[in-house]
Formats: sequence, structure tokens, C-alpha cells
Amino acid sequence: MALIEVSQLQKSYGAIHAVKNVSFSVDRGEVVGFLGPNGAGKSTTMKLLTGYLRPDAGTAVVAGFDVVENPVAAKAHLGYSPEGAPAYGEMTVREFLRFAAELRGLANPAQRVADTLKLCRLEEVAGQSVDTLSKGYRMRVGFAQAVIHDPAVLILDEPTDGLDPNQKFEVRRILKDMAARKAVIVSTHILEEIDELCTRVIVIAQGEVRCDESKERFLQRGADLNQVFRKLTA
Amino acid sequence: MNHNPDSPTPRPGAAFWAVLRREFAGYFRTPLAYVFLAVFNAFAISLAFFIGNIYEAGVASLDRFFLYHPWLWAFLAPAAGARLWAEERRQGTLELLLTWPVTVWEAALGKFFAAWLFLGSALLITLPMAFTVCYLGDPDVGVIVSGYVGSFLCAGACLGIAAIASALTRSQVIAFVTGFLACFVLVLVGYGVFDELLSGAFATGTVDEIRRLGLWRNLEPFTLGLIDLRPTAYFLTVAFAGLGLSTLIVERR
Repeated sequence: MALIEVSQLQKSYGAIHAVKNVSFSVDRGEVVGFLGPNGAGKSTTMKLLTGYLRPDAGTAVVAGFDVVENPVAAKAHLGYSPEGAPAYGEMTVREFLRFAAELRGLANPAQRVADTLKLCRLEEVAGQSVDTLSKGYRMRVGFAQAVIHDPAVLILDEPTDGLDPNQKFEVRRILKDMAARKAVIVSTHILEEIDELCTRVIVIAQGEVRCDESKERFLQRGADLNQVFRKLTA
Repeated sequence: MNHNPDSPTPRPGAAFWAVLRREFAGYFRTPLAYVFLAVFNAFAISLAFFIGNIYEAGVASLDRFFLYHPWLWAFLAPAAGARLWAEERRQGTLELLLTWPVTVWEAALGKFFAAWLFLGSALLITLPMAFTVCYLGDPDVGVIVSGYVGSFLCAGACLGIAAIASALTRSQVIAFVTGFLACFVLVLVGYGVFDELLSGAFATGTVDEIRRLGLWRNLEPFTLGLIDLRPTAYFLTVAFAGLGLSTLIVERR
């Protein structure tokens, strides 16, 4: 069974159908690039999948647990960094990760925090409060809380947004290192990231899946990815 | 990093305690806590001395000290409770917290009790008042204890109202002002001037019923040494109704 199973998911905000009938599944070892224009329903789909929003219809199953029926179990297997990587700004990086570890009830939280700080190269800012960090570090803190429990499913909403090329490289490197053991969904606006990071592409526009195929097939659609993107999302 | 593909479901209660600890410590991460504790103490003591004339009265009792606590809680419980949910919304961390393996109720309970304990710690710092009275005279210690219990319950009721205000907005200022106004009304109910206003509009029996809803009317028996079921139930009802309603508001997001 796939680690992520999304079936006929629907969500409306008032009269706006943000997500119309979205279905897909993601297996271990896959890194799915979520593409789509702003407002296409990417973030809403992620919010439904992570149990933050309740779907109007359809189901989302994470590691075998339905996120509506069994939310706590599903969320225990899930790491999620929302758009903009929010964090408790007044806490230090170490305190924040420690809180995440304790809330998740992890055994030996101090060791987990130390390992995660190292993995995400946050050791030098561990004692700084999150509010004082640069954007690059903040994004990494968001990433760190999402992987502290080494989850089977990892969902990242624009994890490289606003980073400089070196920082982007760094986040991709960490992600690639762990991808083989997880089912990963990454939303992005950066089409080049597909080739670097993903094994599969799902394009969402107007709340619908417009394309769901392997990276190789997607890249064969044309030399100019921007044009491919425009055509698919029109 | 140790690989743990099937991260276990956390043991029940882990999230509650983690949230409670974080929230309680959170007050002390900013100067807010110290300002709060100083203001509470300064007002609690100066109101008792300068308005309540606790010293001139010459009676070894703290009833004139507790008399002003509904006013203090009406102002300070919303100040401490404003951040409960408003701050989570403003920082965007609500989305984080609610996608971690914790139920809304567990998180809400942790937050609420942390805030209530914080208010309790403000109350504890006034204990020298009690010691002073014990030193100067021979008060009934049981009465003082029941006064503190009543004040703590009163704080919980105001916090319940503050929690609702905080769940409705992303602005701590709006949460504070609306919470304060709602508590303020509950303080006024039961005061002479307000009663006269009510008597103009309602029958005497109705006015009496309305007066029972005021904070002071319910705190008064505690300051006389009575831990009655009715006022206890009143404070706890307001506290937990506020907690429940605010949680439902957050859950509906």
C-alpha cells in the first residue's frame, strides 16, 4: 500500500472550489513535485492531506491512517512544513525543536534534537531565537521540525522559497539524502527543481490534477518547461 | 539519524504536558510576565491599602484585599489570555500545532491550564500580605485560604472569557480589549450603581437573579470563609464553558 493515498478530495471556501476531485498516491522512495499557479489548490491539498483542514468529501490516508478518522496516528507518521515555515519566534531553535520532540512523545528528545540540528546544519544558531534568524535559517528550522521524528511521509510547502542558490542546494541535498526511505511531496514554483529533486510530477490547476507522471516523461513534454507549464495550467 | 520508519503514536498526555510546559515558560520568555506580576502585585496591594483601608480597619482579615480581585482579574486575565490562540494565528504556528499529533482539545487544555497556573503564580506572590496579617493579628487562616481559592477560581472564569476572545482573532490587542470588556460587564453586575440601572428595567426578582451572575457576588462567600458549591460551580462553569467554546472556535477554523 502506498504511504500517501488521496482519493477524490474536495474542498470549497464558500463559493470557491479550491480542490475539486483530486486523487493520487505516493509510494516510498518517490519525491513528488507539486506544481501549479498560485491559488491552484496546491496548498489547500497539502492542508487537507496533513489534517489541518477537513475535506468536504473524499479521503486522505497517510501511512495507512485516515487523517480525518484517525488524525493523531496519521500525524505521528507525517512531517509537514507549511508555507513560510512558521515557528514559535520567541523560542530558541533548540527549544523549539525540543518542544516538537516532546510533543511528539519521542524517546530521548535531547538526542533527537542534537541529531536534527546536525542534519539540518543548524548547530551554530541553536541558541538563537527563531525571530532573529535569516530567512535561510528559518526555512531550515521549518524543515528540521518536519523531519525530527524521521517520518515516513514528508510534505513541504515551498521549502526553497526565497532562499539563495546555496541555501536551495543545501535543502535539496538534505532532502535527497533521506528521500529513498520516505514518500515526499514538495510544492514549488521553481521548474528547474523538478529535474534536481523529484522523481514524479503532479500539476494542479484550478483545483484539478492536470498531469501526473514520472519526471522523465514530464521533461520530454518540451525543452522549455515554462511553456509546458503554461500549456498545462491554462 | 536513527531511522524510524513507523514513528509510534505518542503516548497519551505527552502532547498535553509539552504544550503546558511551553506555554507556561512562554510567559517568561518575554518581559510580559514580569510586567504582569509587578502590576498585579502593585495593584492588589495598593488597592487594599489605599482604597480598602485594610490597615486602618484594624481587623486581621484579608476580605478588603480580595474585594478588588474581580477588577484585577477582569483586566489581567485577558492580558495573559490574549496570546492563547491569537498569537498562534498571527505567527502561522496554528497550522503547525494542529498538524502535529495532538488533538485540538489536548492543546487547548494545555494552553488553558498553563495560563491559569500563571495567574495562580501572580496570586502566590501576594502571600506576604497574608503573612503580614498573620504577624499583625490573629486572623482565621481558613478564611484566608478560602479567599485565595475563590480568587483563583475567579481568575479561571475571567480566563475562560479571555480564551474565547483570543480564539476569535489574530490580534492580541483586539483579544485583550474584547476579553476585558466582557469581564468588565461581569464585574459591574452586582455593584450598586449597576443594580439601580437594572431595577429601572426589570422586576426585583429578575435583578436579583442577574446579580448572581456577577463575579463579586460569587467571590464574596469565599472571602468570608465559605467554599460553597454554588459559586464554585459558577466559576468553574464560566471557566470551562470558555475553554470549550474557544476550542470549538479553533476546531472549526
